[in-house]
Amino acid sequence: MATYRIGIDVGGTHTDAVLLNDKNEVISETKASTTEDVATGIYHAMHKIVSHANVPKENIKYAMLGTTHCTNAIVERKRLNQVAVVRIGAPATLAVKPLIGVPNDLRELLGEHVFLVRGGHEFDGREIVELDENHLYEIANELKEKVDSIAITSVFSPVSKAHEERAAEIFQEVLGDSIALSLSSEIGSVGLLERENATILNASVINVAKMAAEGFIDALKNEGIQAKVFFGQNDGTLMSVKYAMKYPIFTVACGPTNSLRGASYLSELSDAIVVDVGGTTSDVGVLVQSFPRESSLAVEIGGARTNFRMPDLVSIGLGGGTIIKIEDEHSFTIGPESVGYRLPEKGLVFGGDTLTTTDVVVALGKSNLGDVKKVSHLDKNLLDKIYVRMVEMVEEAIDRMKTSADPVPVILVGGGSILLPETLKGASHVIRPNHSGVANAIGSAIAQVSGQVEKIFVLDEIGRAAALQSAKEQAIKEAVEAGAEPSSVEIVDIEDVPLAYLPGNATRVRVKAAGDLKYQSEVATH
Amino acid sequence: MRKIGKQEIEDMAIGAALLGTGGGGDPYIGKLMALQAIEEYGEVILLDPEEVPDDALVVPSSMMGAPTVMLEKAPSGEEAIRAFNQLEEYLGEKIYGTFPIEAGGVNSMLPFALAARLGIPVIDADGMGRAFPELQMVTFYLDGISATPAIIADEKGNTALLSTIDNVWTERIARSATIQMGGSVMCAMYSMTAKDLKKSGITNILKLEEEIGKSIRLAKINNVNPIEKILETVNGFELFKGKVIDIDRKTESGFAKGVATFEGLEQNKGENLKLRFQNEHLIAQTNEKVLCMTPDLIAVLDSETGLPITTEGIRYGSRCVVIGIPCHPKWRTEKGIATVGPNYFGYDMAYTPVEELVKKGVTQ
Repeated sequence: MATYRIGIDVGGTHTDAVLLNDKNEVISETKASTTEDVATGIYHAMHKIVSHANVPKENIKYAMLGTTHCTNAIVERKRLNQVAVVRIGAPATLAVKPLIGVPNDLRELLGEHVFLVRGGHEFDGREIVELDENHLYEIANELKEKVDSIAITSVFSPVSKAHEERAAEIFQEVLGDSIALSLSSEIGSVGLLERENATILNASVINVAKMAAEGFIDALKNEGIQAKVFFGQNDGTLMSVKYAMKYPIFTVACGPTNSLRGASYLSELSDAIVVDVGGTTSDVGVLVQSFPRESSLAVEIGGARTNFRMPDLVSIGLGGGTIIKIEDEHSFTIGPESVGYRLPEKGLVFGGDTLTTTDVVVALGKSNLGDVKKVSHLDKNLLDKIYVRMVEMVEEAIDRMKTSADPVPVILVGGGSILLPETLKGASHVIRPNHSGVANAIGSAIAQVSGQVEKIFVLDEIGRAAALQSAKEQAIKEAVEAGAEPSSVEIVDIEDVPLAYLPGNATRVRVKAAGDLKYQSEVATH
Repeated sequence: MRKIGKQEIEDMAIGAALLGTGGGGDPYIGKLMALQAIEEYGEVILLDPEEVPDDALVVPSSMMGAPTVMLEKAPSGEEAIRAFNQLEEYLGEKIYGTFPIEAGGVNSMLPFALAARLGIPVIDADGMGRAFPELQMVTFYLDGISATPAIIADEKGNTALLSTIDNVWTERIARSATIQMGGSVMCAMYSMTAKDLKKSGITNILKLEEEIGKSIRLAKINNVNPIEKILETVNGFELFKGKVIDIDRKTESGFAKGVATFEGLEQNKGENLKLRFQNEHLIAQTNEKVLCMTPDLIAVLDSETGLPITTEGIRYGSRCVVIGIPCHPKWRTEKGIATVGPNYFGYDMAYTPVEELVKKGVTQ
């Protein structure tokens, strides 16, 4: 029996969807407009691919969703949970209270119930002070009926999560199972404020994630599809609905990741630079062993500094709808303003009144979209100059992302990739795979299941080899538990960073394992 | 006398990152501590050293230990107060005001957090005019001012009084105690009279720091080139404009050591620059000549925004301007060069001031 999977990726402008067969071949694909409520756009796109494909609906076994629901909620500060913030670490850390450094509007929304509790650990796992359980019981009783989600962050919980887990037990005991609990040790790494911010944001979008998941499952049911649902996460792997409702913050950067993963799959390249040209911007990222290279810098989400891993991207203001302003016969500006999704009405070649990058390539005969006569009056010499600059912008962005001067393959994806030529400076060759317009939805559909561990080891005690081995085994176990086929699980990333100034050779080890989704004949829902 | 509020702190934090010359620890956490303290206790008074009576007791407030630990286990705010109280008790005298031991990096901000809470002024002076990695690398040491008696304090309520025979012993004992106390402590050491501070410290360094941050901020608003403004503010020299093509790092005995290589752009096209660092930037040299060496300051700035880039932040492809800034004349003395010059850090070259190097260079 042939089985099928649906992949959906919600972007700022478009909601893309694909239906793949069990050989991961594209059966049908579509691009629909993203709607304000996100959900309607998803339903439209899904309905289109399913009705075009004409395959037995009962054979659609998996549905993968990469969505911006959570990101939008944070950026717009809407639909957020009633959150309590509990930090365990007093008397340490009082000099920088939770949410200091976060924009005021977000601080007001999320900072109403903030508590600092005695406890936490030292870098080597000793307790700073004993956990103040009585205080936690008091807090739990005070929070009854007031909040529906609690963010718990304990000092050095990446080294020992004992106090966070005990706090979670106490809250559950008093407040029952319906209270959502976000533990920082499950979310981020060393760096208290950044990890705490990520945990608070996670706690704030639990309901949003729940609604997104339930809406998606309902929509599938309405189509008569009984598929197992997964969410795409920042690192290009999948999480179950149950996990996504607990850790929704891991969905915030899945869009760019999906397009990188899709580009890798379509081009069959594991190491390359990917340029995703959209309507307003181009995102340039790097594939390392088929996964996005992750950023090592603090990442801001909705203005709050966080420290979890995001794809390392350079974004430039050059897309298919980018507006060109000609000042005189020699000078011009390219963007950053764009007509965005209104290109089909605004662009000159489509009968509009705005000169865009798309008009430039059509006028120069590099693409045959719309009506070339509408741009034949433009000065070719100047257009040539503009085009050279457009290409240079992309080449500079590619160069910024490289780790050495050696030329590397460059994969072009996204609707706006018609802007770019067949050769680029710094590229060993330029690949433009089929179905590149929906690379992101494909990336969502083909995502693997992963497990990750991050721990601090004191190497003087256990040795580096044993530490790495222990971390690897744990990562593989987590991947299998998340639903990966054991035989396909591989270690995809290992990083060990010595912590400066600490004794005993303390090292932070991070290992990620990933594997293909295990085929399950029985169809599970959440 | 001037009041320091949140905007001034934001500006100084940027200047502190620049004077950190690549190291010194990220001022971010210190900035947040200062902002919170000002929010809760009100603005801080900043005094010009000349406004302080000669016989007043003044003490810098600083942290010791691993900046990584401080980023996870932030201070309570009480440990710095406890360290000051104990030192007052030991010396039998009230502390009049505080100041940063180093103007570069995280230590620049800590005195403001303490001053807001204690209601004492911050005095506009430091002991480096930049950032350096070791305890004795302060101008006070050049004039024979002792680091001890010193108090170190942790957030649990532990304090230790160090009374040592010399600064090497201070460093040795304090480092061991710091680890037992949890990896990061607050210190009160190098207590002195205001007269000594005026003589041995580097004065008006916070004002300079604030001006640096302000010129970067205003350059962005007014859409002018921030690098020119910075060079004007610090009397610096543009050494090299280029992009990072290689970065080689290693951690050796607790220090982040390495070399960054820049390929020249525009007026430097065809040349390469090597930047050697050990926590802080130490030497900038092209194939032909040395352009700047420690203790003169070498800062790497983002060529568009003018914002300083730390050694951890240097990445392949970054477009940067490398600038050199003359250090304070105190470092250019014989003892100063012996303490923080190129030989001390293991480079076999004679110290030559940056203003002479940019004119002719030193052939290697």
